[in-house]
Amino acid sequence: MNLSLHRLLAMARKEALHLRRDPRSLGMAFAVPAAMIIFFGYVISFDVNNIRLAVLDGDRSQRSRELVDALLAAGRFSIVQRTDNRHEAERLLDRGSVRMVITIPPGFQKNLAAGEPAPVQALVDGADANTAAIALNYAGSIVSNFSARVTLQASQRSARPVDAASRVWYNETLESSNMIVPGLVAVIMMIIAAMLTALTIAREWERGTMEQLAATPVHRVEVILGKLLPYLGIGLVDVTAAVLIGMVVFDVPFRGNPLLLLGMTTLFLIGTLGLGIFISAAFKSQLLATQTALLATYLPSLILSGLMFDIAGMPLVLRVLSNVVPAKYFIVVLRGIFLKGVGLEVLWAQGVAMIAFAVVGLGLAVLSFRKELA
Amino acid sequence: MSLVSRDRLLQMIRKELKQMLRDPRSRRMLFVAPVMQLLMFGYAVNTDVRNAEMFVVDRDRTAQSRQLIDALTASGHFRVTASGERPAELINALDHGRVLIGIEIPAGFSASIDAGRHAEVQLLVDGSRANTANVALGYATQIINRFGLEHRTALLARSGPAPELAGVDFRSRAWYNPNLESRVYNVPAVMGTIMMMMSLLLTSLAVVREREIGTLEQLMVSPLKPAELILGKTLPVAIVAFIQLLLIMAVALFWFGIPFRGSLVVLFAASFCFTLSGLGVGLFISTVSNTQQEAFMSMFFFLLPAIMLSGFMFAIESMPGPLQPITLLNPLRHYLVVVRGVFLKGAGWSILWPEILTLLLFGIVLLALSMKRFRKTSA
Repeated sequence: MNLSLHRLLAMARKEALHLRRDPRSLGMAFAVPAAMIIFFGYVISFDVNNIRLAVLDGDRSQRSRELVDALLAAGRFSIVQRTDNRHEAERLLDRGSVRMVITIPPGFQKNLAAGEPAPVQALVDGADANTAAIALNYAGSIVSNFSARVTLQASQRSARPVDAASRVWYNETLESSNMIVPGLVAVIMMIIAAMLTALTIAREWERGTMEQLAATPVHRVEVILGKLLPYLGIGLVDVTAAVLIGMVVFDVPFRGNPLLLLGMTTLFLIGTLGLGIFISAAFKSQLLATQTALLATYLPSLILSGLMFDIAGMPLVLRVLSNVVPAKYFIVVLRGIFLKGVGLEVLWAQGVAMIAFAVVGLGLAVLSFRKELA
Repeated sequence: MSLVSRDRLLQMIRKELKQMLRDPRSRRMLFVAPVMQLLMFGYAVNTDVRNAEMFVVDRDRTAQSRQLIDALTASGHFRVTASGERPAELINALDHGRVLIGIEIPAGFSASIDAGRHAEVQLLVDGSRANTANVALGYATQIINRFGLEHRTALLARSGPAPELAGVDFRSRAWYNPNLESRVYNVPAVMGTIMMMMSLLLTSLAVVREREIGTLEQLMVSPLKPAELILGKTLPVAIVAFIQLLLIMAVALFWFGIPFRGSLVVLFAASFCFTLSGLGVGLFISTVSNTQQEAFMSMFFFLLPAIMLSGFMFAIESMPGPLQPITLLNPLRHYLVVVRGVFLKGAGWSILWPEILTLLLFGIVLLALSMKRFRKTSA
């Protein structure tokens, strides 16, 4: 049987009709991604702010006050309490009212002036290791800068030894949303697209309409492409909306080529939608298909994609595994086009990965779809 | 006739359990998937920076510039993956995402140090990876500061009696989790999110599925009371969720070696109350949806914010002000406080009772709501 564009379009029209008749689902297919981008753009932030401090200043000298001022001046810390009592401070930590206790022991200023080590202790609530590590890192850099300044004053040499002049490329203000929003588009579309198609074939099986479909003279490629087309339309609208939201609501710069993004997005969506159809056809049950689609897309694309956690720091097994997570490549593409303004000369490898993903997704979908009812 | 007959309820529970566990694929989904998720989270979730790729442009090529690079790599935070002569190569490597950070040591670096003059190195980080970039910058700055101070001290010591520059000795200690392992904090929290996800997944499709397949009518004409039907739909899920909890806990304790400092009774009581609210939400979604697709989308719409606003990955205190009170409506948030409290801090009833009570209230209200809703739709 030859493929016919006519039958393919008829199939697509049928699927679009289904979609139109279920306005609630259709509405959600548009609203969910947009809402998610807005919502997560605000929520997801690795900036650690408002770190609540208790300060135990046993020295009460000019230097100790300067150190506390230096901590506060960075804007990351806020002092909840100054106290003289060690137990009081520890109780605050236990109750969770403060995250860190800074202890400056007596003799701090004297030691500094004499060129002896002047200990400062930071006691941090380590339960939330990530926040604790970031907070310690902030405090450590502030104290080390303070220390460099003060000791050099003492040595009457005004020139500071070595300075690190740091510049942040692509994202000068280190704005979390600039990093998160482009990546979010990839993760959300991965989940949504797989969800959209995960039900299509299972639904036909469960409702018994598969028999009708089997009886019609359509080729399975036509069925798959026909089912895919309307969802591809939805997906492209979703991505466009997400990109616009990112630019307008979150002020994320868009430095690259929109057409390149469109092409890459189409490939990515075809792959993901195909994956959804594959799951749907393989399980034939909407319940199982949705569960599988959720598990197959949600966690890997959230965790192994490099959106939030650096892949280089993961154990080897996960690093290897991350190579088959399509969202990983799409995130590189999105960040590249949004923030770096780079084109195919840099992103060609990701482009190849996208094409491979689209081919695999579609291939799996077509192969898994059988019209036999047995 | 009493509201619930034990016999009929047991029959219904048996039917539901059979339906859930009959299919090996579904069994796998129920018991293997949670463990896989836990393993993945346990290993992957880490925001510390280790072995970050670094590009070195060393125009000084002296012992001191090499010492600085060594100091950076010896920390374990950085490893040199590329080096070059021109800054353009560094930019190119950043463009391709091959390195996270680049350091440029200018010519005359060691001469400045030896003369006691100000020396400067350039750090360039890939800001499209904002969080990692931030942490990496912090480490690099500290290492470079320390390096500078050590060399100045050595220089002054050589030139005769000079004050020693010991400076501030910053010591840190972390309570509850001395090695600051993210895993210890995250694994207990993953338990909460998995339980929520599973109880929602299982119940949100429960009623709407029967409606779509047409078996809801059969259930309606059977002598089952609405209460029995609801309990019959939820209790099996609760049983499965509980088995999942035990399974995940076993992995957390024996595989990851997460310390358990509190009381099992407190944890189980809280888990029970928490499961009630998960079931309540799921059932509510199931009764208001017409198709499984709709139910699924609604569940998803609820689940993601619930996870994001729970304090699981993002500290609630760092969220924008207006969002913080909203998190109080999230059962998962309260459950995570309990799980982390019990596991890490050994907290008991005296500290955790407000959270457990809140969870119980959520559970009762949500289940009651969905029952009311169910009667209406089934009438």
